[in-house]
Amino acid sequence: MTATAPLYTRLANGLTIILQRMTHAPVASFWAYYRVGSRNERTGETGLSHFVEHMLFKGTPTLPGHAVKQAIEREGGFWNGYTGADSTRYFETLPVEHLDLALRIESDRMVNALFDPEDVKSERTVIISEREGHENSPGWRLSEEVRALAFRVHPYHHMVIGDKADLETVTRDQLYQHYQTYYVPNNAIIVAAGDFEPAALLARIEDLFAPIPSRAPVPEFQRAEPPQAGERRVHLTGPDSTSFLQIAYHTPDVSHPDYVPLVMLDIVLDGAAPQHRATRLYRALVQTELATAVSSSQGSNLDPFLFYLSATVREGRAIEAVEAALLQEVERVQNDGVQAGELARGIKQMRAGAAYAVETVTGQASRLGTAEVLGDYRLFDTLVDRLQEVAPADVQRVAQTYLVAKNRVVGWYTPDKS
Amino acid sequence: MIVVQPSVKLPGPDDVTRTTLPNGMTLLVRENWANPSVVVSGVLRGGSANETREQAGLAQFTAALLTRGTTYRTFEDIAETVEAVGASMSVGSGVYLSTFGGKCLHEDLPTLLELLGEVLHSPSFPPEQVERVRGQILNGIRQRETSTSAVARLAFWSTLYPAHHAFAWPLSGTRETITALTRDDLARFYADYYSPQGSLLIVVGAVHTPDLVRLAESTLGAWRATPRFPPLAAPWEETDSLVKLREVRRQSMNLPGKTQSDLILGMPGLSRRHPDHLPLAMMNSVLGELGPGGRLGTRIREDEGLAYYARSSLDAGLSAGPWYAYAGVSPRHVDRAVDLILAEMRRIRETPVAEAELADVKAFWVGSLPLDVETNEGVASELMNMELYNLGLDYLYRYPRLVNAITVNDVQAVAQRWLTPEAYVLAVAGPEGQ
Repeated sequence: MTATAPLYTRLANGLTIILQRMTHAPVASFWAYYRVGSRNERTGETGLSHFVEHMLFKGTPTLPGHAVKQAIEREGGFWNGYTGADSTRYFETLPVEHLDLALRIESDRMVNALFDPEDVKSERTVIISEREGHENSPGWRLSEEVRALAFRVHPYHHMVIGDKADLETVTRDQLYQHYQTYYVPNNAIIVAAGDFEPAALLARIEDLFAPIPSRAPVPEFQRAEPPQAGERRVHLTGPDSTSFLQIAYHTPDVSHPDYVPLVMLDIVLDGAAPQHRATRLYRALVQTELATAVSSSQGSNLDPFLFYLSATVREGRAIEAVEAALLQEVERVQNDGVQAGELARGIKQMRAGAAYAVETVTGQASRLGTAEVLGDYRLFDTLVDRLQEVAPADVQRVAQTYLVAKNRVVGWYTPDKS
Repeated sequence: MIVVQPSVKLPGPDDVTRTTLPNGMTLLVRENWANPSVVVSGVLRGGSANETREQAGLAQFTAALLTRGTTYRTFEDIAETVEAVGASMSVGSGVYLSTFGGKCLHEDLPTLLELLGEVLHSPSFPPEQVERVRGQILNGIRQRETSTSAVARLAFWSTLYPAHHAFAWPLSGTRETITALTRDDLARFYADYYSPQGSLLIVVGAVHTPDLVRLAESTLGAWRATPRFPPLAAPWEETDSLVKLREVRRQSMNLPGKTQSDLILGMPGLSRRHPDHLPLAMMNSVLGELGPGGRLGTRIREDEGLAYYARSSLDAGLSAGPWYAYAGVSPRHVDRAVDLILAEMRRIRETPVAEAELADVKAFWVGSLPLDVETNEGVASELMNMELYNLGLDYLYRYPRLVNAITVNDVQAVAQRWLTPEAYVLAVAGPEGQ
């Protein structure tokens, strides 16, 4: 458990540092976050952030090729990198006595990644293969269509992996330029959680990261999505014999006051426990045998994103009936409101979930970093308390405000008849 | 090569309490007060190996019904009780074992154990729930039928193993078998095989051991049932030589409209208790696990850029499972990927692995122990392995010595014994027949 607040500071070069001591096990997790993702990508350069993430595993002059992966595993650690819409992040989780290796790796590849043209060539086809793997999934294909329809202007319109046309054409120079622009200390966040002495770790981080010069502020690429003025629909068909439904409503970003009641609306519909069988949506869709799976989610993003309702249609049922039943659940909240008891139950579930989420150094560090990218490292820790202030009327109001027909995109995936 | 004894307190006889309840259930407890949660992980002897091919999916269908209603509670009551406190609870089934367990905050442990006991000893198999779950399983089967990875996997297992062996059919069954199974079939399977005798209950987390033992006795310990049929005899004794493969068998499954092909190439392997297990697992790590996916990942992904993933796996369990390599590639690269897999199999048979490569595997296996046991789930999983495979409670204490004793010659010897580049099963599922 994390009894103490993390150490939070910023170096002169603009690097943000968050260090959380955890003493449950002699292990530590070290993360480098960069405030760049698909959100920052223009048409013609989609997928650039994710491609750059791949290239950061292809070596530097001092740690060439797979040396990074080898070095981490040799110390008993594991590693990975992820690219999202709002950030790109890398981590190493290790026995704490080997934590220094992670600092050396991340300070090195913040500036020294090679981007060898031969590596760009082989990694291009790896990423195209990754995308083709996604394309095999009907749910992923439907998500891509719904996103593209929801965001006509904002870069959230493309998937993190990027469009195939761009994956085939982006150049080594474009990748390197992207790296040079965004991989700067003033655009990065270092997070560590584990059984270390924060002051000593901070001193070592300063040794390795303070000499990296800050650069020009990263360019802001802002193309706000204009309000949607009418329902948009897409009907996709394909080789799978199951039908899938997605409904997405435009909702505000995490800093907006309505974000918290929207999270509560998500909890009221779909619960916040690890399992989701005693929920409004499950009762209305799965217990009635219209669907075999159903869920909702409120996005936590820097720019306004989406509130999703998703369902897998049960064999022999009409997708129209599933859509009507989902919308009826939305209308129930809009017309009849919600009970205080439902909110209290959601709070208890969130408290349990928050306890589970910080049982590992990896989970804790990623939670702090993701929150900091969104504006405040305490975001998820304070969320439970903020949810407690939500009244039933707030939930009803945000349902009435955002979950309306003209603000939604409806996506169907049904089997190809041919 | 520096492989130090890990600095972590490993679970073992010093801090694990092992006892047997009067009903025959073995209980293992390890306290952990670093966080407020408790993990419960249990197994019963019985699974798809106890069903016939004509009843494929019976064990898993039965397990799914256990949390769907008891003599005392409806499905809705059970789900509400678990979810209201942010807990989880599940019952499932594999080939030889059925599993039960969950996770909760420590104050909710009595509720969770009481519920688990109730679903295990008093399931009511409500007819409407049988139909609801049947529809869900059928939907899952339909999705499986158009998934390239699932189709390739099923084709691989059903080609490698004889038709009468449970490995040859899917755990979730087929459209025909699931449609035909009745409520009585489920209730009978439950009565025939579900029993605390020979079962295991592992509890790790914020619990006082004496309190937990009393709680276990009054909940799961109160379950008395004698199975009509005893579970299968220790399966490793009869199946290490289950399959002898003498030729190449190819299966191509055409899934029009898909973009990528999945391929699996492999052959019969061994059980977790076979003396070759540890060196063969190390061989597998060099070949298809470490770093970018071992030598396979290096050749297929890093050097040639053919695939997002190319790895290998050794499925050694209670009985002899296979070794296989797998990759997701463009249909036009399937042949090239297969050639590279076969070339790497030959290389590791013909040339001893480098000392440095083996040292990397050893360093990772021993060095990662602190991370393996960081969570209650991780500790429960280690304790489960110790019990299921008779490794002894002190296994993790001995583990570094066992690992470090393996030599490059041992690894080459098992590669030559188990990898057969001239006799294998290749299953490919994708948009074009290969």
